[in-house]
Amino acid sequence: MIAGSIRPYLYLTALLIIALLLSVAVGVVFIPPGIVARMLAALVPGSTIPADWPQSFDAIVYQIRLPHAILIALTGAALAGSGTVYQGVFRNPLADPYLIGVASGAGLGAVIGLSTTWPTRGNSLYTVPIAAFIGAMLTIAIVYNLARVGRTVPTTTLILAGVAVSAFATSLSSFLMLRSNEELRRAFSWLLGGAIMGGWAPVIAMLPYVAVGLASILLSGHTLNVLQFGEEQAQQLGLPVERVKLLLVLAASLTTAAAVAFAGIIGFIGLIVPHLVRFSLGPDYRRLVPLSILAGSSALLLADTLARMVLSPQSVPVGIVTALAGAPFFLWLLRRSKDQAYW
Amino acid sequence: MLDIKSLTVEYYGTQILKDVSLHISSGETLAVIGPNGTGKTTLIKSVSGVLRPKKGAVWIDGTNLQNLSPVQRARYLAVVPQARLLPPAFTVRQTVLLGRTPYLGWLGRINKADEAQAERAMRFTHLDHLGERRVGELSGGEQQRVLLARALAQDTPVLLLDEPTTHLDLEHQSGFLNLVKNMVTQKNLAVLVVLHDLNLAGLYADRVALLVDGQIHALGSPEAVLTSENLTAVYHVPVNVVPHPDYGTPLVLPDGKANSPDVQVFLAP
Repeated sequence: MIAGSIRPYLYLTALLIIALLLSVAVGVVFIPPGIVARMLAALVPGSTIPADWPQSFDAIVYQIRLPHAILIALTGAALAGSGTVYQGVFRNPLADPYLIGVASGAGLGAVIGLSTTWPTRGNSLYTVPIAAFIGAMLTIAIVYNLARVGRTVPTTTLILAGVAVSAFATSLSSFLMLRSNEELRRAFSWLLGGAIMGGWAPVIAMLPYVAVGLASILLSGHTLNVLQFGEEQAQQLGLPVERVKLLLVLAASLTTAAAVAFAGIIGFIGLIVPHLVRFSLGPDYRRLVPLSILAGSSALLLADTLARMVLSPQSVPVGIVTALAGAPFFLWLLRRSKDQAYW
Repeated sequence: MLDIKSLTVEYYGTQILKDVSLHISSGETLAVIGPNGTGKTTLIKSVSGVLRPKKGAVWIDGTNLQNLSPVQRARYLAVVPQARLLPPAFTVRQTVLLGRTPYLGWLGRINKADEAQAERAMRFTHLDHLGERRVGELSGGEQQRVLLARALAQDTPVLLLDEPTTHLDLEHQSGFLNLVKNMVTQKNLAVLVVLHDLNLAGLYADRVALLVDGQIHALGSPEAVLTSENLTAVYHVPVNVVPHPDYGTPLVLPDGKANSPDVQVFLAP
C-alpha cells in the first residue's frame, strides 16, 4: 500500500495536523492552536495533560468544532480518493465525482431520501446515505453508457454527459426542495456544501461508509496501474477487467455518496487534489491513492476554515470556496492538457 | 505447444476469422501476413482472450485457454502490442514490472524475485540504463523494447506480437526482431507474430501464414508461401520474388509501376 519514498507521507501528515489544528482554532471565538493541540492531546488515553484552559473551550472544541473538522476531513479524503479512482478507471484526467455527475446524482438521491417519510423521518441519518448511494450508482450507469464510444470513454463525451445528467439531477433536486416544507429548505444550503448537521452523530453515521469505501480504494493501487494500459492490455496482463472496474466504481461511488450525504455537494476537490499529487509525484497509483486521500482531507479542511473566516461570523458553504479556487485550476488544466506528459 | 483449432470470430455479425487453425511448436516463430483488414489483429485478440470466438478454441499444452481465468491465461501467453498504446508517464521499470501482474495477487505486492525478473528482462532488451526514464521520453524503438521486456517479465511459454515493427526504422526493425529471435532460442518460446513487412517475415519466421479475408490462404515455409503467384493474387499488385543475396530467403519486390491506372488524371499545375 505504501510504496516508494516515505517523505511525501510525512509532509502530508504534518499538513493534515496543521490543517486540523487551524480548523478547530478558527471560529467566532478564536482558540490559539497551541491550546487546541493540548486539548486534542488530552483526548489520547493515558495522557496527563492538565485541563488549564477556560472551561467554555471544552464544549466549543469537543462538541462542535472537532466533530465538524473530522467530518470535513473525512469528506475531503472521500472526494479525493474517489476522484483518483474515477480518473484511473476512466483513464480520463477530467473525471471527478462532481464533473461526471455522480455527486449531483447522490444529492438527488439524498433529497429524495429526505423528502419521503419512508421509513421514518427519525432515521434519516441512516437512510439518506443509502438513498445517496443508489442515486450515485444510477447516475454513473447512465453517464457511462451515454459517454461510451465503443470500448473507450473519451473526455468530451464523458464531461458532456456528466454535465447534462448533473444539470438534470440538480434541477430535480431543486424542484423537490422548492415544493417541500421548511425542513427540506435547509437542505438547500447543505447541497451547496455546507455541513448542516452538527455534533458527533453524523461523524459516527458517516464513518462506516467512508471506512469501507476508502479501504477498498486504498487496496486498488496496483489494479489502477494495470488499467492505465487500456482494457485490452490489462486483460492480457491477467486482470479480470470488467469485474475490477465494477468493483472500483462501486467503491468510489459509495465513498462519494457518503461524502455527499453528510457534507453536501462539494466540487473540484476530487479533481484538483489527485492532479496536484500526480503532477508532483508521478502516475504510480500505489502512491497516488493514499497521498491523494491524505492531501484531500487537508485541502478541504483549509478550504472550510477559509469559508468560515471570510464572512465571519457567518460561514460560507465550503463548496463555494472549492469552486472559486477549483474553477480557475480546472481551466488551467484544460489549457495544459495538450501536454500530457505527466498524465 | 500453441494450438489454434478452427477459430471463428464474429464482430457485429460479420465473420472476421473463418475456421482458422494453426499449430506452433516450442522454439518456432510463425509470422502471420496478409492485406489490411484481413483479421490479423483480430487473431491476436481472440487468441489472447480479449475477443470471445464464436467457434473453435485455443489450446496450450493440452489446456483450453477458454476454461482459464484472465490471471491463469496471462501465465501461458504474453502479448506485445504496438508501442503507441503505452501510457507515457510511467517509468520503464514500473512498466516492465507490471509484466509480473499474473503472479502478484490482487494487492500487487512485488517481491525480490519479481524485481530480479524485471531487471533481467530490461538487461536483455538493453533498457537497464533507462529504468527511471519515463516511457513517453523514449524513442519508438525503445518503447517497443519496453513492451518486449514486459512480455519477457511475464515469463510465458507463448508470445504474441502485433505488428511490432510497423512504426520502427530499419535499424530498430532488425534489432527488435533479433531480440525476439534470441528470446525464442533461449527460452524455447512459441511465437506468433503479425507482420506487415513481407521481407521481415521471410527473414525471421520459420513458417508463414498468409491470411486473406479471415481465412488461411497459404501456410508453410517462407519459400513456399512468399511466392509471386500467392502474393500477386492476394495483394492485387504484380510481385517479383527473388532470393536474398546473403541468406537465400525470399525477397519480395512489388512492381507497383506495372499497375498504373488506365485513365490518367492530370494534376493542375
